[in-house]
Amino acid sequence: MQKISVLLFLAWVCLLFYAGIALFTSGFLLTRWELTNHSSCQEPPGPESLPWGSRGKPGACWMASRFSRVVLVLIDALRFDFAQPQLSHSSGEPPVSLPFLGKLGSLKKILEIQPHHARLYQSKADPPTTTMQRLKALTTGSLPTFIDVGNNFASYAIVEDNLIKQFVSTGKRVVFMGDDTWKDLFPGAFSKAFFFPSFDVRDLHTVDNGILEHLYPTMDSGEWDVLIAHFLGVDHCGHKHGPDHPEMAKKLSQMDQMIQGLVERLENDTLLVVTGDHGMTVSGNHGGDSELETSAVLFLYSPTALFPSAPPEKPEVIPQISLVPTLALLLGLPIPFGNIGEVMAELFSEVEDSQPHSSALAQASALHLNAQQVFRFLHTYSAAAQDLQVKELHRLQNLFSKASANYQRLLQSPQGAEAALQTVITEMQQFLRGVRAMCIESWARFSLVRMAGGVALLAATCFLCLLVSQWATSPGFYLRPLLVMPVTCGLTVATVCTGLLATTGLQLDPVVLGAMAAVGSLLPFLWKAWAGWGSRRSMASLLPMPGPVLLLLLIRFAGLFSDSFVVAEARAAPFLLASLILLLVAQLHWEGKLLPPKLLTIPRLGFLTPTGPPRHHGVHTLGLGVGLLLCIRLAGLFHRCPEETPACSSSPWLSPLASMVGGRAKNLWYGACVGALVSLLAAVRLWLHRYGNLKSPEPSVLFVRWGLPLMVLGTAAYWALASGADEAPPRLRALVAGASVMLPRAVAGLAAAGLMLLLWRPVAVLVKAATGAPRTRTVLAPFSGPPASQADLDYVVPQIYRHMQEEFRGRLERTKSQAPLTVAAYQLGSVYSAAMVTALTLLAFPLLLLHAERISLVFLLLFLQSFLLLHLLAAGIPVTTPGPFTVPWQAVSAWAFMATQTFYSTGHQPVFPAIHWHAAFVGVSERLESSSLSAFLVGANTFASHILFAVGCPLLLLWPFLCESQGSRKRRQLPGNEAEARVRPEEEEEPLMEMRLRQAPHHFNAALLQLGLKYLFVLGIQILACALAAFILRRHLMVWKVFAPKFMFEGMGFIVSSVGLCLGIALVMRVDGAVSSWFRQLVLAQQR
Amino acid sequence: MKDTDIKRLLYAHLLCIFSIILSIFIPSFFLENFSILETHLTWLCICSVFVTAVNLVLYLVGKPNTSSKRSSLSYKVTRLLKCCIYFLMSCFSFHVIFVLYGAPLTELVLETFSLAVLLSTFTTVPCLCLLGPNFKAWLRVFSRNGATSIWENSLQITTISSFVGTWLGAFPIPLDWGRPWQEWPISCTLGATFGYMAGLVISPLWIYWNRKELTYKNN
Ligand SMILES: [Zn+2]
Ligand SMILES: [Zn+2]
Repeated sequence: MQKISVLLFLAWVCLLFYAGIALFTSGFLLTRWELTNHSSCQEPPGPESLPWGSRGKPGACWMASRFSRVVLVLIDALRFDFAQPQLSHSSGEPPVSLPFLGKLGSLKKILEIQPHHARLYQSKADPPTTTMQRLKALTTGSLPTFIDVGNNFASYAIVEDNLIKQFVSTGKRVVFMGDDTWKDLFPGAFSKAFFFPSFDVRDLHTVDNGILEHLYPTMDSGEWDVLIAHFLGVDHCGHKHGPDHPEMAKKLSQMDQMIQGLVERLENDTLLVVTGDHGMTVSGNHGGDSELETSAVLFLYSPTALFPSAPPEKPEVIPQISLVPTLALLLGLPIPFGNIGEVMAELFSEVEDSQPHSSALAQASALHLNAQQVFRFLHTYSAAAQDLQVKELHRLQNLFSKASANYQRLLQSPQGAEAALQTVITEMQQFLRGVRAMCIESWARFSLVRMAGGVALLAATCFLCLLVSQWATSPGFYLRPLLVMPVTCGLTVATVCTGLLATTGLQLDPVVLGAMAAVGSLLPFLWKAWAGWGSRRSMASLLPMPGPVLLLLLIRFAGLFSDSFVVAEARAAPFLLASLILLLVAQLHWEGKLLPPKLLTIPRLGFLTPTGPPRHHGVHTLGLGVGLLLCIRLAGLFHRCPEETPACSSSPWLSPLASMVGGRAKNLWYGACVGALVSLLAAVRLWLHRYGNLKSPEPSVLFVRWGLPLMVLGTAAYWALASGADEAPPRLRALVAGASVMLPRAVAGLAAAGLMLLLWRPVAVLVKAATGAPRTRTVLAPFSGPPASQADLDYVVPQIYRHMQEEFRGRLERTKSQAPLTVAAYQLGSVYSAAMVTALTLLAFPLLLLHAERISLVFLLLFLQSFLLLHLLAAGIPVTTPGPFTVPWQAVSAWAFMATQTFYSTGHQPVFPAIHWHAAFVGVSERLESSSLSAFLVGANTFASHILFAVGCPLLLLWPFLCESQGSRKRRQLPGNEAEARVRPEEEEEPLMEMRLRQAPHHFNAALLQLGLKYLFVLGIQILACALAAFILRRHLMVWKVFAPKFMFEGMGFIVSSVGLCLGIALVMRVDGAVSSWFRQLVLAQQR
Repeated sequence: MKDTDIKRLLYAHLLCIFSIILSIFIPSFFLENFSILETHLTWLCICSVFVTAVNLVLYLVGKPNTSSKRSSLSYKVTRLLKCCIYFLMSCFSFHVIFVLYGAPLTELVLETFSLAVLLSTFTTVPCLCLLGPNFKAWLRVFSRNGATSIWENSLQITTISSFVGTWLGAFPIPLDWGRPWQEWPISCTLGATFGYMAGLVISPLWIYWNRKELTYKNN
């Protein structure tokens, strides 16, 4: 098996995963760009003059205001049929009394008594029908998706132009009471606000009673122009009991009384709007796009007559966002910039003046303003983003220019015909509806096909990982046919699809194309698996994992389907990890590997025959386990609370030192952080020293000796500057600022240089000693001349290695002084892991720099923890000398759990407001702004643990070989066993350690492939669970708050991890190549 | 191995289960407002005492390891003291493990400790009764092929199922159902109790099913 084909295969599997993620994302996460432009009074939406010369009037903007005040009552989840009367059933059927029907009697009464004052509409909400998205829509008039790509990920605050902003900028006093979501959406916008907690769905009354307590007093006080009351009881009742419940009847009756009370208190200049933000399904949930979820009540009432005609029999159906331009124009405000709603023309007709002509003219002018505003938005949006359809855009632009020209012509000759006016109105409405339809098409529709396809692709790829990781170590496994066939198929499918699409002239979607290629390349593989199913593999080989590990992975998988567990994952991941660790220790004991066997058997029983002496002492392993648990628990102290759990308080240690006030405590902490850095450095150097990799004159070793301390120094100096920047004297400010930009760059540069050196000369072995041995016996090589092929080399290398060791030992015995020479032999035994550890350290320092200072303690714990875990795992993994090397599932699972745990203990949470944005400013001067650099820095901060653990993954394979030396050393140190050791001569030999891997390069490559596939599988089922959860629970209350962010973080984490994994394996292969060439040189030197 | 042995095992286990059930019902005659959830700690203590008592009675009646060689009073006293020390040590180590698993360090210490006591009652007390304060014997029993009698086999099963029950009991804690039994450590104590009872039921059955395969060489 070639090295390169292993890497290619892993890359291909990664690409399959990416295709699945991309396909799912394109169906699930609809995106839209947020524009920050604002409408203003001074700036009309179009070039033409404003109607009625209203510009001069005080208090009027684009249009004269009809109302000066408005009361907006938002009853969450007020479904349209909640306002319907109790159905009078046709004869024959038994009367069915639904608890929610007929409870809003006051609406009906008003509609009957004052038909010209009130109107009931069925408002159609756009999906996603979740409260946050609906509130955004109801204030901006747009179609919010889950990701509204804007410049503000750090908070939920709305950056787009919206009604509240317009209210405030025209000097209206906005009073709010109710759901505290508004606090996040409109921070500081309200002149007075009463917020009540919205999180607890089981609590039906806190918010409503709180509002009712303040509603009437506030109304009577008169200190408001806009009064917004957001009731949550109906929604919570739906979630808790469902709509068909007596509790719902009570809640609705309470709302009815409230409306009654409001109507009595309204003054003539006030408009009352009662609306629901969305509906609810039969079970009381919402979020999706079914009829029941999207239909909501909209009820308008004015004490003065507003409508020229009586209400129709069946309430009109209007889009929810129509309310936005209507309210804006009725109150004399500019329409929010991003609005794509259509004004409700009916409300702009003249009631007293019954001339049909002037009424129609007023409607046309309102519509025209609306159309101009929408056109302006479209123009700006299509210049900023390319996600709208070009053809449709052109058609709509033409429609608008035609309608606008017609309108202008009518204005020039006002005595024009009624029919012409109606045409203009219709054209404008067509334009507005066309725009909405086009925007919905690209912004607000889940694609179930794509979602299901993405999930299926992910599942199939996970299956592939599982299967191939099983096959990889079986004899007679050839990778190349498995690689060539699918890739050719995938490429063929891709080209055929491209060709087909090109000939049919359809738009080319790269996501779909990628998915097609992935499916095309998966199919032959699945076919192969299917064909070989019955003959060779049984079901047992499909589930190769030991039961407990499978159970833990299943729990992890299932946990991602529960919002509570996703929120509590910061505690659940360490719990699972701790369970796995205890399980490992218990299993080692159970299998008798911990204790000497004589302890475990009663002497007279002879049947428990040990296969060999245990390599590790029991107390040692138990200590490893307890130490790991302790590390995990300590790392858990650096815990950032999810916002959903109000009782929890985040660790104060996550904040940067600069935010601390106390001088002494700050200094102590600074000392602790620098101490952590130094001990990290010392630990790494100690490790390298112990395995003899610190003596070589190779540049990478020199870098470890001198460059790493420099990096520590730079980091410490940067922290000192960053934490004390405010205390610097003024004349040094510029210097400090410059230094705090340069220092991180210097550290990052040093790390990059170190990595380069490592890649250039990865083999840190003392060559001098080898060449300095002049009197060599003949090497036991079966060839004469330089090694002809790779196979020859592979065969001869271990022999050379053994021979060298003998040679060195002989010299040592003669001179009794040449200690470094024996060390040189060790260097070769740890050549792979030394390179890995060096690379990880070099990676860790720049990543550490992106975090707050005190996270350095977590990084120290991270290294300690992985060291302990590797040792613990090594105790359970037997070194199979010639045969296939395997990395067991528990090792890979523990590694993945630890990556997740470290993600949380470095102060992260999978939600957008919890991202550490300050990382974007590390080593970046304020003038230089590059968004891709910032994104890179923030990404590196967020996924630091993913990167480190993925790159370090090959250590799982290498460590057991490293630990081999310990065992044999210990054995030799035992004084009593000397006689035994002499009996077995091979025991005297130096341990081969990682050179065992080189003895069997085929198995080495297979093990690397297996390791990579297993890690990808464990990560893959996590992303699969996230995608599946988002797919199944897309109607869930928490989908946009918990599941969708989790999916995105998990997806990004997967991509980062898989790239890191490939890089780590590539590094091992680079070292392997360098070792080969080193040996080749050695052989050549000896030939001479 | 005879079927009578299994029968004796079954009766002993039924007695243990009965003691747990009694600990639920008897206190309500003497204490006002007694309920498992609200006066949880009281119930925990009573349950521990009952189970310990039943185990002791069984030990005194059955005397599984008849070591007749030394029966002096001082030997018995040191043995008893050793047992107490072992029990306390197991309580403390369980407490430490719970804290390492994520239980709060400074708050609810009493609750955590009482869970440790309960779990010790379910696991350490039977070990002490059956094997005596002999740590090496414990280690032997809890390893593959380490059991030398059906009693030791059932000890393995009940202990492991108690641990697994406690472990499973931790899972409902993060869920947002807002039930009173989701509080730390109630769900874990309930899990431990159910696990222990399940172990008591399962082990005679399991031994009965596998009686052909189970061969103890010293018997
Ligand atoms: Zn809502
Ligand atoms: Zn809701």
